[in-house]
Amino acid sequence: MQRRGFLTGLGCSLAASPLVTPVALAEGPWDNRLIVIVLRGAMDGLDAIRPVGDPAYAGLRPTLAGNGLPLTDFWALHPSLAPLMPLWRAGEFGAAHATSTPYRDRRSHFDGQDILEAGTVGLDGARDGWLNRLLTEVPGARAGTAYAVGRDAMPVLAGDAPVSRWSPDARLAISPQAERLLGLVYEDDPLFHVASADALRIAAEVDGAQSGGAEMMRVADFAAARLVEEARIASFSIGGWDTHGRQEVHLARALEGLAEVVLRLRDGLGPVWARTGVLCLTEFGRTARENGSGGTDHGTGGAMLYFGGGLRGGRVLGDWPGLGDLYADRDLMPVRDVRAYAGWAMRGLFGVDAGVVERVVFPGLELGESPRIV
Amino acid sequence: MPFDPVIAEIRFGCGLSPRVAPPASVDAMLSRLAGPDEMAHALPITPYSRAEPSLREQARINRERREGKGTAREAETEAAHDAMREAAQALRRDAFQTSMARGIATGDGLRERLVRFWADHFTATAKNANFRHMIAPYVEEAIRPRVAGRFGDMLFAVATHPVMVHSLDQQRSVGPNSDFGDRRDRGLNENLAREVLELHTLGVDGPYGQDDVRELAELLTGVTMNPQRDDVYLPDRAEPGTETVLGVTYGAEASLEVVRDALADLAVHPATAWHLARKLAVHFVSDTPDDGLVAAMADAHLATGGDLLAVTRAMLGHEAAWSPERAKVKQPFGYLQSALRALDVPVGTVVGMERRLWGRLFDRPMVVMGQRWEEPEGPDGWAEAAGDWITPQGMAGRITWALETPSRVRDTLPDPRGFVTTALGPDAPAEVVFAAGAAEDVAEGVGIVLASPAFQRR
Repeated sequence: MQRRGFLTGLGCSLAASPLVTPVALAEGPWDNRLIVIVLRGAMDGLDAIRPVGDPAYAGLRPTLAGNGLPLTDFWALHPSLAPLMPLWRAGEFGAAHATSTPYRDRRSHFDGQDILEAGTVGLDGARDGWLNRLLTEVPGARAGTAYAVGRDAMPVLAGDAPVSRWSPDARLAISPQAERLLGLVYEDDPLFHVASADALRIAAEVDGAQSGGAEMMRVADFAAARLVEEARIASFSIGGWDTHGRQEVHLARALEGLAEVVLRLRDGLGPVWARTGVLCLTEFGRTARENGSGGTDHGTGGAMLYFGGGLRGGRVLGDWPGLGDLYADRDLMPVRDVRAYAGWAMRGLFGVDAGVVERVVFPGLELGESPRIV
Repeated sequence: MPFDPVIAEIRFGCGLSPRVAPPASVDAMLSRLAGPDEMAHALPITPYSRAEPSLREQARINRERREGKGTAREAETEAAHDAMREAAQALRRDAFQTSMARGIATGDGLRERLVRFWADHFTATAKNANFRHMIAPYVEEAIRPRVAGRFGDMLFAVATHPVMVHSLDQQRSVGPNSDFGDRRDRGLNENLAREVLELHTLGVDGPYGQDDVRELAELLTGVTMNPQRDDVYLPDRAEPGTETVLGVTYGAEASLEVVRDALADLAVHPATAWHLARKLAVHFVSDTPDDGLVAAMADAHLATGGDLLAVTRAMLGHEAAWSPERAKVKQPFGYLQSALRALDVPVGTVVGMERRLWGRLFDRPMVVMGQRWEEPEGPDGWAEAAGDWITPQGMAGRITWALETPSRVRDTLPDPRGFVTTALGPDAPAEVVFAAGAAEDVAEGVGIVLASPAFQRR
């Protein structure tokens, strides 16, 4: 059977439908964009953003402590993030260090990610994610305002506020006759009619925007394409950070992938990049000491990387606790709740009230002093 | 009573089949359900207690792997670990395929649907790799034999089952004043107690407070699991003293029997009866079910001490259950299962399907449709509302599957003009009959029937 992509003609006729007309979020602070990338597996913050000026660093990491690319007298960047150096210089890439969620001690990926995405202090009773709770505060938010992209479930976006999902596995390419006949059988069922029409429209747009390539590139392309339109928030995850062995190889690969994704987002967002903040969060950091197999194990404090023209980069945020005083004698000491950085980013990007951040989005958080991330 | 065999098979079973006749009456449905579980014998799934690799075996192989690192035995211990993982994945896939295939072959579709309903009601998810292949074996052992039994028996079997215990952290919960808690400075974890009240019995709007959660958590201490041992109850972890849950005070001498008593009381509480009646009616009949239907089911629960066969009888005996409106949308698993049944796909094509092909044709398409097998996002299980499934992405997944997959699982596809009646019954909507006949080719005609709202609704 002859197959082809969607007719652009169909997209045109649908554009007139009230269902797909972009909503008026472009007013006021809600013209900014937020992308939350969950780095699943626990990124080693001490290797991504290296405290080479700390006297204990080299001793803790006999094989991993390369010098990297100097950022300041104290900090160096992992060489695999070299493609992002221009962003750093432009103030569109920064990091917060010695930070963590409130999760402590058990160091389980499963629980750590649950707490990261719930945005709570513990897991008792939390069923929704903090990005979803943020959405409940967005005036005029609808399903197209926020997208969970990719194959993974994104609990950070789960909850009462409507969100949309799209996976790179989702595709829809059918013959003109099938399209016509399906239109006929859906005509009298509004639920099926609307969902299938939206599916056709999105599939056609994705088809146009995608040049193929690796799955993560398609995820980034899709997120950027939606954010250029009516979406304001997108979230997806990147795996590959659980570097118990041969970290030199595995972390390099993961960071190269991340750099590609960030640049792809920037290119895809075009002028919207200037109004975008990208937060890369991970469930916890890794042990300060290298282990016996050239890797690191589950730890506590780590780093949050952030990007975008909407945030103030070019620096490493956070007070440095030093590597002489380790948490539980093994991990980087977390000195600030990572939710505070995310909270300040939301305040700055969307003008969300501090009380809303502390009560609704991140219950139990004290935002504290502004890190001036926006 | 407006019994209709087509509605019976579509709404309460696994869908119409060209091979298996639909049930002839409500009595016939109920007597099948009360009788022997034929599919469990014809297409077996290994119950948890016999599932290999067991938790104990996995613990042993994992330990040997750790000890083997950097020694002469490393290649051997790594190979043993890889073989174990592969066996676990094979068991998980086989149970998935078998669960799907039972719905193709069965003449007792109501049982298959009830098993999925209760497995969802008592959602347990794997918190680490060692449990990933244990979900279906848990369902087979704790839930399936009891879908026509007493709710209290199912509740007790579930709440003390190692897979549920681990899924909700109960093994971490220790009576703070127990011998063990005192010695190790350990305390309560309320997770299981909270979910028992909120999800499994009374419901989130039920008449309980935080004090009840805490008292029930104290009462449940002692219930535990350990990969190395078979104990489900360790008295030295149980909080001493009486506990009062919903105003009922339970014995000062902690024991598993006290746990059984408390769960038995919760199982027949009026709030539980109403919560379960409503949830069943929402699952089978409508997202906004008829009040009389729910009341009849709750009454049956209360009158019989939680006899689930009686509750099911009350549902099928109520005229609102037979409303001609197909208000529910099939969840992805049921959608694919009913499509395979309508297509009369041989059971042997599904059970034993090669790993990558299974991933391409079933596992990943279900993820696109929003239902990753055995991995709902929380302990509250899958969503019920039609709008949660019929999303743009969900529809892309469903249409694509309907158009592309039938020709991959059947050598020759049925003529769409006949298939429309096979799949939808004699009263198929005119527009679907027309579209099936107007398609460009057979695969497209079959796909349009399967993608139609008439087929996706039940």
